[in-house]
Amino acid sequence: MHASHHAAPLDWLPFLLVVLVTSQYLAAAWLQRASGSGWSLWRCGFFLLGSALLAIAFWPSLMAWAHGDLVGHMTLHLLIGMFAPLGWVLGAPVTLLLRTLPQAGGRWVVARLHGRFVRTVAHPVAALLLNVGGMYVLYLTPLYAASLESPALHYAVHLHFLLAGYLFCWAILAEPDASPHRLTLRFRLGVLFAAIATHGLLGKLMYGWGFPRGTGHALEHVQIAAQWMYYGGDLAEGLLAVVLLTLWLRRPAARREGLLSPAAR
Amino acid sequence: MTHEANSNTPFDARRSRWAAVLVGIGVMAALDEIVFHQLLQWHHFFDFSTPAFGILSDGLLHAFELLAVVVGVFLLLDLSQRKRLSVAWAKAGFFLGMGGFQLFDGVINHKLLRLHQIRYGVDPLMYDLVWNAFALLFLLIGAWLWRRARIAR
Repeated sequence: MHASHHAAPLDWLPFLLVVLVTSQYLAAAWLQRASGSGWSLWRCGFFLLGSALLAIAFWPSLMAWAHGDLVGHMTLHLLIGMFAPLGWVLGAPVTLLLRTLPQAGGRWVVARLHGRFVRTVAHPVAALLLNVGGMYVLYLTPLYAASLESPALHYAVHLHFLLAGYLFCWAILAEPDASPHRLTLRFRLGVLFAAIATHGLLGKLMYGWGFPRGTGHALEHVQIAAQWMYYGGDLAEGLLAVVLLTLWLRRPAARREGLLSPAAR
Repeated sequence: MTHEANSNTPFDARRSRWAAVLVGIGVMAALDEIVFHQLLQWHHFFDFSTPAFGILSDGLLHAFELLAVVVGVFLLLDLSQRKRLSVAWAKAGFFLGMGGFQLFDGVINHKLLRLHQIRYGVDPLMYDLVWNAFALLFLLIGAWLWRRARIAR
């Protein structure tokens, strides 16, 4: 099928970028703690967890395996696009960045955060379209087959997984980094519902009609990958729902937003 | 219904019931997935005779089941933290949710939408009857618990 290639120096780039970002995060967290402002070790832990998952997913020989194997691709997709971003979001990297940067730099970042671009893509509906919509485009069109041929496209797809997954987790949780939107919990749960439904539907379409096509994989293999995507997606989205409601339950009861009928409370 | 949701009563019967109905739906759906899809492998992930609308509605239902169990559990935790959880009403709601979902699955999903049959390669009639009889059994238990909760009030 696909000849397994040896890792070229460039194949280490995603892995090294993760190491770089993580060391910056840890250095900033250490600065905060040393200066007495403090930075939660829980947040460090969540961020490290996300980094560890990414480091595994971006390990060159693992990426090379996933390149030629659709089930492997789905596994990495779950790690990069769903589980790792959740860890990174819970690490509150933007808050840490704002606390660490000198004032001028902080103002620049805040201006970007409140700019139209971030406001648009950080809306849950836009994040849903980028995340699950991107998956529809990738798997139902010849794009996936093309990404196997072009390394640039391959990396672009994985970068998209990470960014779209991060935006989606952040848009749904709207915490711990302050979200530019003030949306009700019920609305965000509604968007999560739409994500689970459309993600599951895509899994069924791929299973039933043998997508992605043109990969040289046997139909059975595509079906295993589709099922894996379906159940793995459930696991990740169920976990996101659990995190969202755990954050909700951690608030004092008086400040907890109503879930079934907000008016009655 | 509304007279029970009086804020002076210590328990919130209505919320306790509905939260538990959600948990019941989710638990039954999870049992269906674990027992019939994974362990017995009677149900199929995909049935090629399903109409397109069935596949779409299955996606929506599936999302609902997954969120129902999570939201239901957290609602119960919320009620219990506020000391407003009525266990008696929650039990009734749980069984009604289980039975209601089982009946819905047995009639709408299996028969009307034809998402998949209970088992393949056999005449499904007996299986359908037993399936829906279980649904009615859960609903009856739920109704009995409901009566008990009302008397105990």
